[in-house]
Amino acid sequence: MTRYRVWAAGVLLAGVLLGYFVSGTEMNPESRYRFKLGLDLAGGTELVYKADMSETPAGERADALAALQGVIDRRVNLFGVAEPLVQTERASALSGTTEDRLIVDLPGVTDIDAAVAALGATPTLEFKLATTTHSTGSGQATAGTTTSMVFATTGLTGRYLASATLQFGSGATAGLAAPQILINFNSEGATLFEKLTTEHVGETLAIFLDGEPISTPVIQEAIPGGTAVISGQFTAIEARDLVRNLNFGALPVPITLQSSSAVGPTLGAAAIAAGVTAALVGFAIIALFMVGWYRLPGVIAVVALAEYLLLMLALIKFVPVTLTASGIAGLIITLGMAVDANVLIFERTKEELRAGKSPREAVAVGFARAWTAIRDGHLTMIISGAILFWLGTSIVQGFALVFVLGVLASFISAVSVSRVYLLALVPEARTSLWHLLLGSGVRNP
Amino acid sequence: MFIVLHRRFFFWVTGALLAAAIAAIGFWGLPLGIDFTGGSLTQVAYPSGRPVLGAVKEQVATLQFGSVSVRASGEDAVTIRSRSLTPEEHTLLLSVLSTQASTTELAFTSVGPALGSQFAYKALWALGAVVLAIVLYIAWAFRKVSRPVPSWGYGLTVVAMLAIDIIVPTGFFAAYAHFTGAEVDSLFIVALLALLGYVVNDIIVVFDRVREHLRNNEKFGTKEPFETTVGKSISETMARSINTALTVVLALSALIILGAPATRNFALVMLVGVVAGTFSSICRSAPLLIPLAKWFSKK
Repeated sequence: MTRYRVWAAGVLLAGVLLGYFVSGTEMNPESRYRFKLGLDLAGGTELVYKADMSETPAGERADALAALQGVIDRRVNLFGVAEPLVQTERASALSGTTEDRLIVDLPGVTDIDAAVAALGATPTLEFKLATTTHSTGSGQATAGTTTSMVFATTGLTGRYLASATLQFGSGATAGLAAPQILINFNSEGATLFEKLTTEHVGETLAIFLDGEPISTPVIQEAIPGGTAVISGQFTAIEARDLVRNLNFGALPVPITLQSSSAVGPTLGAAAIAAGVTAALVGFAIIALFMVGWYRLPGVIAVVALAEYLLLMLALIKFVPVTLTASGIAGLIITLGMAVDANVLIFERTKEELRAGKSPREAVAVGFARAWTAIRDGHLTMIISGAILFWLGTSIVQGFALVFVLGVLASFISAVSVSRVYLLALVPEARTSLWHLLLGSGVRNP
Repeated sequence: MFIVLHRRFFFWVTGALLAAAIAAIGFWGLPLGIDFTGGSLTQVAYPSGRPVLGAVKEQVATLQFGSVSVRASGEDAVTIRSRSLTPEEHTLLLSVLSTQASTTELAFTSVGPALGSQFAYKALWALGAVVLAIVLYIAWAFRKVSRPVPSWGYGLTVVAMLAIDIIVPTGFFAAYAHFTGAEVDSLFIVALLALLGYVVNDIIVVFDRVREHLRNNEKFGTKEPFETTVGKSISETMARSINTALTVVLALSALIILGAPATRNFALVMLVGVVAGTFSSICRSAPLLIPLAKWFSKK
């Protein structure tokens, strides 16, 4: 008994510490353990882009996706948002075709169109070889045949861009200084470019910007050194913007906007306030019911449930789990599970008491008997939660993560916390007072 | 014992519920939200009072976005559902809406059609995989029980119950959606998934008791008709089933009455599911073992 009392004091202390952690970190606006709210609660914009990988070799897709993420990250940071999040996602093989997605979360941004415009302005740069024209004559012949040209990808894209600079050179039209863009490749790109120009002398190497050919020069000779010049029909301002955008990051692969959502701050704030009120009132009603029906064990269950909730909140802060509406739904369901584990134990204890066991024995046996049901119930839920997390889309995953954490916490709360408290309090003696305290229902059994 | 003796009655009630649910789904259909079909949802509030919906509809019609639905939401807001809008079209829509009165945009969601169908596909996969895993786990957890029902019989019974407990709230939602204009969204799927977890847990508690009695009978050599064992198990676990359901129902009621509108439909589906699921675990999961036992002993 003394042993259990020491344990119980320890568990109670742990609960107080958890409470201190949860409230302390929430009061302190500087703390890195404050709740992270999802866009549906805090307000903000989420954009989902599909990356078009059809022209990227399978082996390079992961790299290209990572490069894409890096470029968009830079873009987003330029946009001036607090804590933006750029993620990539490969649609699972189960859904048939694989698809690479880019998910951009912009908390606090509600002007979705401005956000799309700012991200979408990033150009894609590609170098393609014209395959149909093998004109051996002078470079002029290409101009007339552009309509029938078929272009083959060369693998040389904006990915290999080191920098772009604006220069004014005298092109074919002598006298007028035409704006040109000087491209500097990185070492990998330089090698590729040199190889390409060596092997295809006399062919047309078209420069594509955002899918449109802007310049179709003919390769006159091998070009070492890794620089290329784009001389399209630009005005000086266009050329300047283009250089800026290329430097901010030419996209390694083209992207298209697949879905977008924006939640205004008022809707999110209302959702949080309503959710918190509902949670508090719900907890109070459950507490009243448990104490009214199960008496002393009910009181213990309420303390155990409070500790369960604190443990959950602390876990959510610590991991950290981004709270969304579906995550809160998961929390409420697991609260039900935690209540259930306690109810199972108490009902069992009561049965043993009725069968004539002493109070302390009844508690011990009650826990042992309820164990198999609690184990199987919790394990099936953990399995389901894990599968949901593995297969689900982000909204289902938000639910599944909280659900699995909640089931684990409920396991700990029911099996250790309630048990330690009960064993620390219930005596060996068979008195009518203890029968009353451990009984249930409105009348004494 | 009451339930076991009158199990035919409860099977008939189950059948009637199931038929009503399937009829509701068949008759009214399930209106799929943009999470599944793709499209745009624009929610706009009118702080100075909501105009007549017909007027808003006319305003939107000038843009010619094809078929558009305009519904009232909350106290002063409207929700406009249309095909998937580009950012430019979205701006256009907002400017048209604010020609007569000042508006604040509450939320805007746009889902491309490709992403929409993928979501539905994934959700079905997840549901199927979860059910399969549950059968396997239960067959394993009850592996020591073989008479009169083999352990996989328990697994199959649970799956049959799960199917009913998914169909009944879905049928309810079909009727509810028909009268309120609600749509099947991701949160609806989440509610069904959560229900799966709840119902499995509920049934396992009853089966666990059956398992325990069977084991004790074997240990002490007690001969007892299977019906008695099942009846005893049900009445012993009934208080627990009802009390747990009651606490969950209380929590969900708080969520329905006080919670955010976004989670209201979710909580309502859960509420119907929990009540149906509790009925399921008390009145038909374990009683269903009896005809199964008879069938296996005949073989």
